[in-house]
Amino acid sequence: MHEVASTPAWAALAYLVSGILFILALRGLSSPTSSRRGNRFGMIGMLIAVVTTLVLHGTGLVEIAIAIAIGGVIGFVTARRIAMTAMPQLVAAFHSLVGLAAVLVAAAAFLNPGAFGILDAATGEILTVSRIEMGLGVAIGAITFSGSVIAFLKLNGNMSGAPIMLPGRHVINLGTLAAIVGLVGYFVTDDAHWVFFTITALSFVIGFLLIIPIGGADMPVVVSMLNSYSGWAAAAMGFTLHNTAMIVTGALVGSSGAILSYIMCKAMNRSFISVIAGGFGGGEVAAGGAAKADRPWKRGSAEDAAFLMSQAEQVIIVPGYGMAVSQAQHALREMGDILKEAGVTVKYAIHPVAGRMPGHMNVLLAEANVPYDEVFELEDINSEFAQTDVAFVIGANDVTNPAAKTDKTSPIYGMPILDVEKAKTVLFVKRSMGGVGYAGVDNDVFYMDNTMMLLGDAKKMVEEIVKSMNH
Amino acid sequence: MDFISILSIFVLACFIGYYVVWSVTPALHTPLMAVTNAISSVIVVGALIASAAGGSATAKYLGLVAVVFASVNIFGGFAVTERMLAMYKKKERKG
Repeated sequence: MHEVASTPAWAALAYLVSGILFILALRGLSSPTSSRRGNRFGMIGMLIAVVTTLVLHGTGLVEIAIAIAIGGVIGFVTARRIAMTAMPQLVAAFHSLVGLAAVLVAAAAFLNPGAFGILDAATGEILTVSRIEMGLGVAIGAITFSGSVIAFLKLNGNMSGAPIMLPGRHVINLGTLAAIVGLVGYFVTDDAHWVFFTITALSFVIGFLLIIPIGGADMPVVVSMLNSYSGWAAAAMGFTLHNTAMIVTGALVGSSGAILSYIMCKAMNRSFISVIAGGFGGGEVAAGGAAKADRPWKRGSAEDAAFLMSQAEQVIIVPGYGMAVSQAQHALREMGDILKEAGVTVKYAIHPVAGRMPGHMNVLLAEANVPYDEVFELEDINSEFAQTDVAFVIGANDVTNPAAKTDKTSPIYGMPILDVEKAKTVLFVKRSMGGVGYAGVDNDVFYMDNTMMLLGDAKKMVEEIVKSMNH
Repeated sequence: MDFISILSIFVLACFIGYYVVWSVTPALHTPLMAVTNAISSVIVVGALIASAAGGSATAKYLGLVAVVFASVNIFGGFAVTERMLAMYKKKERKG
């Protein structure tokens, strides 16, 4: 039997190397040019970790090879086939697997502590510090799993994106969390099966309860948050196994998810606590829209839009989730190409929370072959709207709403927005005048003199614009 | 390794994570999530130990199931990241 505490020096160094390769994998993502090399570093790091473990504990290789092959084929085929618009769901599903794997590993360590080297040599019982690590690991893993399953169902449309508010949910949630913490403490004195499995069961429940009240608009935060949890789960198991690669990776992934959550919250001007508390984007829809519904607005045609844009010097395209839903990115790129041929400068402006996960719009535009040096982040392009002839908003709404700057009563007040209203002309592609964005607030941009509403399906509208440009 | 050395590694790694992740360009935040997903499946190490150990049949099967899940994530995570990163292209210079 191999005691983890006595890992040979070569193996400890190998795990350290794989931890460093994981750091380099993330480091590579600082620029698209170095990113693919970074990803290769990550793969090598994983290979080193797996091979080292197999050499150290190399029995039962056949079953293990079969298990890796089954998982590998499923993962690989899914990764090849998945549509880029479905990336948020895929990431949520992957998070749930990390969580579940952490739960299973913790359970295996609990049932067979000798194999993991966490027995106290004197008493033959599980070490105190390992009990805490294991208890925390299984709890975080279970929360990651059930939370990610709910996030997946919401993102995939199997479950309504509307928040589900249980009465007294804050009391229930806090009570359950307190029970989990209390049981982890009790686990130190009594390592009975019921304690371990009650911790697991309660953590599954709290993961579920924490995510159901969170609305569709807050999904970017949720996905990032679960990303962070999956990292902490890996780190907790790394503590149990005294494994450097797992600890380093857990810390990296945990910080990564936490930073992304912070960026997303800031981009919506919401506090992390209010996101967790949930309920945003549900009830206010009816109240906000009704009062202002009869203000005058101008409707434009595809021909008008084509004419305006081909006369422009600079066009800034502002894509949002609606573009992804109608799969308009390819048509949009074609429109951009025609404009560029005609000597128009075309740029894309991305709000940090456009789409359903951080950076989602950038991937969709990249998929449609939009060069990444034409795509700009909010703070880099916002000053340019004032010198821009046409702002072409497609499938975005709340992120362009000037009420965020002026109206203190607005639910989106204080959120940084793209200043499309400063452009000479705003072309706003929208399905109908009835619907409002996720935040449920009316947008003053619709009713400005220099705004032309292009009503219809985003993809069809862009295709019609392309057609009339080609005439 | 004693608990304090492990904790030291963890805390220092959190700081590295903090600085490395802030240097990631926002355009690559989706690949960042996909690749962190893949590397957090290093938890497969624990699953492999459980699958290879004798002593408890239940623990062994739990380990093997965990190996399957972690492998889905490793192969899927790296492959989808690679696929996304291959899409990011610079402007073509004509002429």
